[in-house]
Amino acid sequence: MTVEDQKGGLAGEDVVRDCFPLGMRVLAVDDDPFCLKLLDTLLRKCQYRVTTTNQAVMALKMLRENKDKFDLVISDVNMPDMDGFKLLELVGLEMDLPVISHSDTQLVMKGVTHGACDYLLKPVRIEELKNIWQHVIRRKKFDSKDQKKSLNEDRALHGTGDSGQGFASTGNADQDDRLSRKRKEQNEDEEEEDEENEHEDDDASNQKKPRVVWSVELHRKFVAAVNQLGLEKAVPKKILDLMNVEGLTRENVASHLQKYRLYLKRISSVAAQQASMVAALGGKDSSYLRMGSLDGFGEFRSLAGSGRLPSSALSSYTPGGMFGRLNSPAGLTLHGITSSGLVQPTGQNLSSSINTLGKFQPALLPSNQSASLFQRIPTSLELNQLQQNKCTTWIGDFNPIKDSRGFTVTTSFSDSRVNVGNSPSLLPSHSSNSLVLRGNPHQAHNGGAFGSQSSLGVASLTADAFENCSGGPSNFLVHNQSNESWQGTVQSSRFSSNALPLNEPFNHDQLPSNNLSISSTSPHIGNSSIDFPSTSAVLAPLEDSRGDIQCHEGMIGSVIHNMNYPSNQNWEEQKQDYNHNLNHTVSALNSLVPANGIVNPLSQSLDQNTAISSKSFDESLIPQLHGGALSLDQNSEVERYALGTKMPNEDYLFEQTRSLDGITQNSFGSLDDIMNTLMKREQNQTMLCDGEFASDAYSLGSCI
Amino acid sequence: MELGQMQGRLAEFTKSLYMEGILDAQFLQLQQLQDESNPDFVVEVVSLFFEDSEKLLNDIARALDQQSVDFKRVDAHVHQLKGSSASVGAQRVKNACVAFRNCCEEQNVEGCLRCLQQVKQEHYLVKNKLETLFRLEQQIVAAGGSVPMAEMTF
Repeated sequence: MTVEDQKGGLAGEDVVRDCFPLGMRVLAVDDDPFCLKLLDTLLRKCQYRVTTTNQAVMALKMLRENKDKFDLVISDVNMPDMDGFKLLELVGLEMDLPVISHSDTQLVMKGVTHGACDYLLKPVRIEELKNIWQHVIRRKKFDSKDQKKSLNEDRALHGTGDSGQGFASTGNADQDDRLSRKRKEQNEDEEEEDEENEHEDDDASNQKKPRVVWSVELHRKFVAAVNQLGLEKAVPKKILDLMNVEGLTRENVASHLQKYRLYLKRISSVAAQQASMVAALGGKDSSYLRMGSLDGFGEFRSLAGSGRLPSSALSSYTPGGMFGRLNSPAGLTLHGITSSGLVQPTGQNLSSSINTLGKFQPALLPSNQSASLFQRIPTSLELNQLQQNKCTTWIGDFNPIKDSRGFTVTTSFSDSRVNVGNSPSLLPSHSSNSLVLRGNPHQAHNGGAFGSQSSLGVASLTADAFENCSGGPSNFLVHNQSNESWQGTVQSSRFSSNALPLNEPFNHDQLPSNNLSISSTSPHIGNSSIDFPSTSAVLAPLEDSRGDIQCHEGMIGSVIHNMNYPSNQNWEEQKQDYNHNLNHTVSALNSLVPANGIVNPLSQSLDQNTAISSKSFDESLIPQLHGGALSLDQNSEVERYALGTKMPNEDYLFEQTRSLDGITQNSFGSLDDIMNTLMKREQNQTMLCDGEFASDAYSLGSCI
Repeated sequence: MELGQMQGRLAEFTKSLYMEGILDAQFLQLQQLQDESNPDFVVEVVSLFFEDSEKLLNDIARALDQQSVDFKRVDAHVHQLKGSSASVGAQRVKNACVAFRNCCEEQNVEGCLRCLQQVKQEHYLVKNKLETLFRLEQQIVAAGGSVPMAEMTF
């Protein structure tokens, strides 16, 4: 809308506006045509401009089309197409318009608690209607004050002083009815000048504050800023500065920060448990533990990181190389991979799986996140905690990792908040969970390798991460080297070897990001029936490890949950998106791990994978997994885990548990390396005790 | 009939309706809303009401006819009817609806059927009365007179 138009429109309306409340634009919603007509007439009598509709959805649509179209909404509460209260809330939230409820006496309380600024009883009298404009004014006044403040602040921050100042001054100066109009005009001007601030301008001028959507990108920035500042020192103002995003107010940041803090707190309790696991896994390779989206974003759309599972790492993840790569920032954010066998779906898968997680909005870690991923692995503890909390099928169980938290899917949680928490489930709450199932990211991860556990590149990632993570959740990076059919190869060898590799990369001191490299891209993972797909999602979070874990959770949960990799395909798809971020995997793993279910899946998958000769492991795992919160819906994850757990061979698994250090032994092709690495790293962590792993790994499951 | 007479009759008739509680102040308000810009407002609104309410009554009857009565549904309909009758000023209908809702809460089919009967009766009654009223008004207008604004003296 050009200024001219607006102005023109305004001009015509000015006259009416000047005589506010006359000409106030009201939207009336009522399914009873009679009442609607009556209301319409009455409102017209009051000289308002009325629009009526008998459908709530229609009303919403109209409101959304143009937030500036109406000043006030009067709505019935009993409507067939949508609950009137819900509409009430939505309008208040989205459009910040005053809403008046209109019904009978019994529902007054409900209306008020749902945010109605007033309540009219049927039958409504014209006298009452003559008064309703007060709500518009009142709101505008308050909003403007608020807006002005924030606007000023923001403007100063963003250096858009002009408009801000102008606006502010106007606002301040003018408190009368014309305020809205003036602001509107001002707004128009400002809009022209500064489109970026349009959002805010609009808000300010119209006294409407459109809800800020915390996209993955935005959240990532936010997290980065917070990490930079240090959680303790993170204040909204500074965060806002660092983020340097136009149109974001201090209030937005503040509220987001609050939520984030709560999230981290929640995660940390899980992570703490996982920490040991992670440590076990030698979360050293935090790089592995790139629990992609571990950063609490998981919650906030977690998976952001998960998607990131060190996809890069994963992508070119060759079993052996996987971990190596994991080290590389390829996003092997093994969350506490140390302990948690992060099943890392091949980045892609992971991402895809993570993506599929749906709920997480995987912040797909760029496949090369690895490094960064791990960094953040806050302490695998966090992951652990996360995992524990979620106890989702974090493969963590896999690793007898110290705490068997296994999944130190601590993707670079700097605050050691293993975002694994995202996938609380991810982090094998059981220390031993550090099953880093690394699925080979690339290649058809699903290639069934996972299935065959081939790409249980898991853990490896975590191994490192785990190490780092004190919790050493056994991050099993189940790295699915999918393409190659994870199966078998990965499984046995991979896992062991792979697991370890994770250690390297992981060397994040931070929580071993369990890079659930559930590279189970290989559809194989299906064997494990770990629904990796979800894991991938999980892994994704690795990246941020903050919310990632959460994602993972979901992922893992699902993964583990389903342990049946239902279709590696699913996973594959997921993986696609999945940047191979180990994170994903990790997250997935994390989620997987934590979930006992994961363990189960893993075990199952393990079984299935045959490759994973860790039958024993399987067995142990399985039970655990089963027991565990395999409830991961995200199948993929489970799968991953399965992969991870399935560690091709018991050793693998154990290795994994060895905190990835031990994972080495498996002969996973690529995974092997990784596992080995992981394992090695985690030797001390006992992440994957050979034998223990099986059991421990499953402890992951159980831990979960 | 003379204009004056007709007008007198109308006034009295209207008054009686109020007295009997068939109509209440809400109706009066509706009448007051009628003006030059909206000359047939009352008639329109009332017709709308009757259309609406008849539909509702049918829905209710049908719902009560079911094997397993969905009381929630019935209640919802009655609630709506109550609202609109209150808005039009059909006081007795509204009261009957209130009673009806109680029966619904008790999930008493028999009671509901009885209440439904009651509501229907009241509804029918007010419909007739209003139709008479409008006819009278029409006659007056046809005779060249103007319908006096109802004055509530009571």
